[in-house]
Amino acid sequence: MRTRQISVSKAIVEALTEEMQRDESIFIIGEDLVSHGGIFNQFKGLPALFKDRIIDTPISETSIVGCGVGAALTGMRPIVDMHFADFVTTAMDEIVNQMAKIRYMFGGQAKVPMVLWAPDGGGISAAAQHSQSLGTWFVHTPGPKVAVPSARAAVKGLLKAAIRDDDPVMFFQHKKLFGKRGAVPEEEYVIPLGKAAVKRKGKDITIITYSRMTSVCLEAGRRLADIGIEAEVIDLRTLKPLDFPAIAESVQKTCCAMVVHEACLTGGFGGEIAACIGEELFDYLAAPVMRIGAKDVPMPFSPVMENFVLPQVEDVCACAEKIMKRKRK
Amino acid sequence: MHSSADSNAPIISISASRKKAILKKMIQIRQFEERAGELFHQKLIPGFIHLSIGQEASTVGSCASLRPDDYIISTHRGHAHILAKGADPKYMFAELLGKKTGYCKGKGGSMHIADFSLGILGANGVVGGGFPIMVGAGMSIKLRKTDQVGMVFFGDGASNRGTFHEAANMAAVFKLPIIFVCENNNYASTSHAKVMVAGGSIAARAKAYDMPGYTVDGSNVLDVLEVVQRAVDLARSGGGPSIVETATYRYRGHFEGDRQEYRTIQEINAHRMHRDPIARFEKLLVAYNTINLDYIVKIWHETAEDIEKAIHFGMESPLPAPEDALKGLFVNS
Repeated sequence: MRTRQISVSKAIVEALTEEMQRDESIFIIGEDLVSHGGIFNQFKGLPALFKDRIIDTPISETSIVGCGVGAALTGMRPIVDMHFADFVTTAMDEIVNQMAKIRYMFGGQAKVPMVLWAPDGGGISAAAQHSQSLGTWFVHTPGPKVAVPSARAAVKGLLKAAIRDDDPVMFFQHKKLFGKRGAVPEEEYVIPLGKAAVKRKGKDITIITYSRMTSVCLEAGRRLADIGIEAEVIDLRTLKPLDFPAIAESVQKTCCAMVVHEACLTGGFGGEIAACIGEELFDYLAAPVMRIGAKDVPMPFSPVMENFVLPQVEDVCACAEKIMKRKRK
Repeated sequence: MHSSADSNAPIISISASRKKAILKKMIQIRQFEERAGELFHQKLIPGFIHLSIGQEASTVGSCASLRPDDYIISTHRGHAHILAKGADPKYMFAELLGKKTGYCKGKGGSMHIADFSLGILGANGVVGGGFPIMVGAGMSIKLRKTDQVGMVFFGDGASNRGTFHEAANMAAVFKLPIIFVCENNNYASTSHAKVMVAGGSIAARAKAYDMPGYTVDGSNVLDVLEVVQRAVDLARSGGGPSIVETATYRYRGHFEGDRQEYRTIQEINAHRMHRDPIARFEKLLVAYNTINLDYIVKIWHETAEDIEKAIHFGMESPLPAPEDALKGLFVNS
């Protein structure tokens, strides 16, 4: 595929433009979309192209999400912008009790084809209420699919898959990815939900990660190679559906694994993956599965503390070395 | 724009056959609810149920103003709304009994019945949960440029949820074709509206959102129809949302088995004797020679037979297989 260098925001605008031209039932609803083009410029230019289909709302997250549910139930394909993922807390009933359950609870009579777009993550000194990684909450709620793209191309391809999906998809895109530039294919492409990507090949240890931590783990992989450890880095791309076969294939080869995520460690998705590996791949393991996540505190404001709380490349390297030392021959 | 219908107004000009259909629907709902209560107390219906006996005029009068392609969203006390929008009692009983043939294949039960083919976007078990979803249905109508309307039912209790405020504001800002029908039966579970609703009137809140607000005698079905029809006509013609508050009363507890220590038997009996919506409507129709007593007896008898047939269907229907629980979460599952 031929590629060109564009920003993630531009890749998003391309994905939305292509999808909205293809399907008239798609509309985008949220705060500050029309005049501002979205707080991360991810909707820039769209209001001029799709006048009535980019809808600015009052600050009413509960009703914005509910609006997505009601519109999806009656023939539309809404994309609901949450501004910041942290604000899902103001619409938890609409997400957890309504969006997630309506299809099942009504015996499969209806479908809820909506995308709930929730820019998440820390690292921008946005403090405790604008920095969380909450995707795992919704993995624990049967109903929504949960996408956690890691980079430019994945954002565009996964977003298109999310829009085309007939079930609700929560799209947790890391805020720090918006401004990043990189290679995006020129022609149209869609990345299916539930398909992980091996971002780096390696025979010694499997590092399972997602979202922004993918680039952190890739950097760790380069540094580990310098000291003779070949790490395989898997970007999950979606937490639900989970591509466990991709994890299994790698762990059967490396015989050890660690999970890295930006969300808090305790109760995080790392525990779930570690348990799955323990249940399914115990006989292959030559070392315990380790986890790395943010420290269990609300995100502090001052960068020196924030960096301390968030997993860093050094943390990933140290953990990998520790596992390698314990690894039975 | 806070007005109320005059309950002494002359009978509104709808055809005799429509009046009969309205009466029949109210009787069907009454009998459905009474039998549902009995089946529950016989332990044939699992879980818990909320009955709306006494509120028939409010519900039937409201739904009588709707077209088949209009939307409604109902509540935990929702059997009547679903029936009034045209649902088949046999699939409802099957659902209440947890059977495979129920509207929701036994996955919903009493609080979550829907029939999307009839525009019933479901009964919602979360008090005030329906408002934001109806905003979405209204937005969808606007984007698709149809002349449908949406009616969201709620009680006096739900009027104090933040969802009500958000949805009313959004419906007004976008001029969405939504009718907010508050069936004020005085009690939010155990708490009286006099104590819990600031300002005393839910319809009066419409003024804050620059939309029409009406209060109407919720035990007079034709008054309800007349007022709700006004709101529906406004919504359908692009005039935006309205709030209608019907003054009504439930004879049964919040749920079946409720000890009801918050009210007296005398209070309930006074409503039953003097304000029963079905008895009032029957009297009115007889007084205007639309029907006679024989017709009333016949209609109760016929409806009761139909309800028994519906119960029979539900009782005879198969249970779902336990592993059916794993089906239907996703479109391809």
